[in-house]
Amino acid sequence: MITITIDGKEIQTEPSKTIIEAAFEHGIYVPHFCWHPALSISGNCRMCLVEVEKMPKQVIACSTRCMDGMVVHVNSEKAVQAREAVMEFILINHPLDCPICDEAGECKLQDYAYHYSVGESRFDEEKGLKRKRVALGPRVLFDAERCISCSRCIRFCEDLAGYPELTFVERGDHVTIETFPGRQLENPYSMNVIDICPVGALTSRDFRFKARAWDMSETPGVCPGCARGCSMDMWVRQNEILRLTPRENQEVNNFWMCDRGRLESFRHVHEETRIEQPMLRKDGVQLAVGWDEALAAAASELRSWKGDTVAVIASPYDTCEDNFLAARFAREILTTQFLDILPHVEAGDQDEFLLREDKTPNSAGARIAGVTPVDDAHNLDSIVEGLQSGKIKAVVVSDVRAHEHAGFMQALGKAQFVVAIVSNASALTERADVVLSASTFAEKLGTFLNFEGQLQLLRPAVNTTENERWMGAFAMSRLDKFASEFDRWGRMKRYDARSAGRVFSLLAQLMGGKWGYDHPEDIFEEMAKRIEALHGLTYEGLGRWGVRLGSEQPGHLLPYKYSDVRP
Amino acid sequence: MEVRTQDKYTLTFWEKLYIPEILKGMKLTLEQMLKKKDTREYPEEKWVPPPSYRGAPVLVLERNGVERCVACGLCSRVCPALAIEVQAAETEHEKERYPELFEINMLRCIFCGFCEEVCPEEAIVMSPTYEMVFTRYEDAIFGKDKLLMSAEELAPRLEFLRSHR
Repeated sequence: MITITIDGKEIQTEPSKTIIEAAFEHGIYVPHFCWHPALSISGNCRMCLVEVEKMPKQVIACSTRCMDGMVVHVNSEKAVQAREAVMEFILINHPLDCPICDEAGECKLQDYAYHYSVGESRFDEEKGLKRKRVALGPRVLFDAERCISCSRCIRFCEDLAGYPELTFVERGDHVTIETFPGRQLENPYSMNVIDICPVGALTSRDFRFKARAWDMSETPGVCPGCARGCSMDMWVRQNEILRLTPRENQEVNNFWMCDRGRLESFRHVHEETRIEQPMLRKDGVQLAVGWDEALAAAASELRSWKGDTVAVIASPYDTCEDNFLAARFAREILTTQFLDILPHVEAGDQDEFLLREDKTPNSAGARIAGVTPVDDAHNLDSIVEGLQSGKIKAVVVSDVRAHEHAGFMQALGKAQFVVAIVSNASALTERADVVLSASTFAEKLGTFLNFEGQLQLLRPAVNTTENERWMGAFAMSRLDKFASEFDRWGRMKRYDARSAGRVFSLLAQLMGGKWGYDHPEDIFEEMAKRIEALHGLTYEGLGRWGVRLGSEQPGHLLPYKYSDVRP
Repeated sequence: MEVRTQDKYTLTFWEKLYIPEILKGMKLTLEQMLKKKDTREYPEEKWVPPPSYRGAPVLVLERNGVERCVACGLCSRVCPALAIEVQAAETEHEKERYPELFEINMLRCIFCGFCEEVCPEEAIVMSPTYEMVFTRYEDAIFGKDKLLMSAEELAPRLEFLRSHR
């Protein structure tokens, strides 16, 4: 342990740490472009210049190690002057195109220009011209003029993703970023370079020009793409998710997210296949009906199939709360033991970084919530067998991707009565006698448990007719707050969907159940009482990053939260 | 309460004569008839506002038929009445972006001119248009078809903005 002083504050730290690391650990912000806590040190932007007493000139905080008795000034006159000079230098060739740049509003350079720049340029000459709109890969566009050559993207691909695809070419003010000959920026994590790019040089081809950062609301959520359950933010405008970005969570995904999760995991929320309201089969034709009618029809039919002639297929895409009520509905109301989930595994699509073979976000959660077959005679295989042999006659399915299981779907053809509680149309809903429109991960409150045992809270970002009354819990953009019913941007599309848990709860009540829950938090309270692993947990206690169940606590990359240290 | 009564006005001799007072009045009338008139016969005769006038905001259409707007959305952000909605899209032109949708709700607009002030491209300006009548709500929402106005038509305003920058 050594002692250093930063801006008059005495800090105990290790000699192996750099000044910037020591400062961030103690909540002192040092401006920086190229340094990132999860990447290797490059030291080329010079933005983190600080004054150290007894050193002949200013040093960069990101690659100067701490020494005992060091006295560092981040905000002394010399340090401020050095920063202003660096900002002026970086801005010499940076185009003034913030109005058409997607990064505007969340740009490090833009923010620093306000915080640490003099606000004037002495540069009269023409700015350097470089390539614009370069497709580095299928998902990322590059604007060489905006690039400040910090090399964060190069280091991310090389060090973390393990795909060396990018490099610097040329020298001096001609320096630019290029893919290696014959290569493209197309690794499964390529879009993370967009988030770490401190300027708008790297932008998403998918999100390009769709919305300005300040027009969207930002809701913390959990990616439903695989069993990792990366923490992410959902960006919504006019009740439509426009993009997902990873959120720092050192217990799950650090700062990263895979491209597939980012681009594909939310598409079904706004797809044309989305079921807009409940449907009921009458004389062989599916008709759109109201909730009361559909629920009553499902309940009255299910009443005649009680016991082991019914099976329930819960969903690993639904929350723990939904699955808890699915299990209670099966065991207490239908009195059947045929209860399981369908696996969705893509063998081989897994690596050490983030990707998992299990492409569902909550398989572990469904198990812990009670969707566990009592024995081998009541698991998925037995359910399929029972359907084939005609022993099981009615099925309730809440898995939105059940249609991907050919064997199960073929067996389902033999069932006499099928209830589907799903969000999107598929072969399953075509077969179903009653379709109850379910809400998606983006429209409900609940919890997901990842494969490592991290229990995280989901918050609703998209408005349905059901979750409207929780408007207080919604993140709202300026447009949401001030829209009147006459503004088109106020008349947003809302689906008449309910969470699967709510549907099970309503069905149970119609079939004589003595329980019913209005709000997911009530369900979780009940779960915390009944399930040992969840004892003592509350939504509030889950916080922003969730809670690790079990005794083994995760190791953290950093002893602090990078995004919490602010200037 | 004390009630005050006005004393009866007593006419002077000349006033009692009546004729001189009529002549006085006719002189005033004749004077006004020959003076320069300050009123105009609107709507037959239209008023042309000076370039400093803030009429309905419009989008400037360049000579080559392309709008100047790059759909940055700053006008939409600064608008205190939330009258402007912009949706950007990509274009092949060098400016990269263009407004796929640009709508101003004229019932929300308060003609403050903030949009014109914030625009980095001088693409939205306050036109001399002051006549706006709607009979349906939808008619009051101006899309690109109604908003685009040629740069020549807007020349006085653009000249005014340049001289007061």
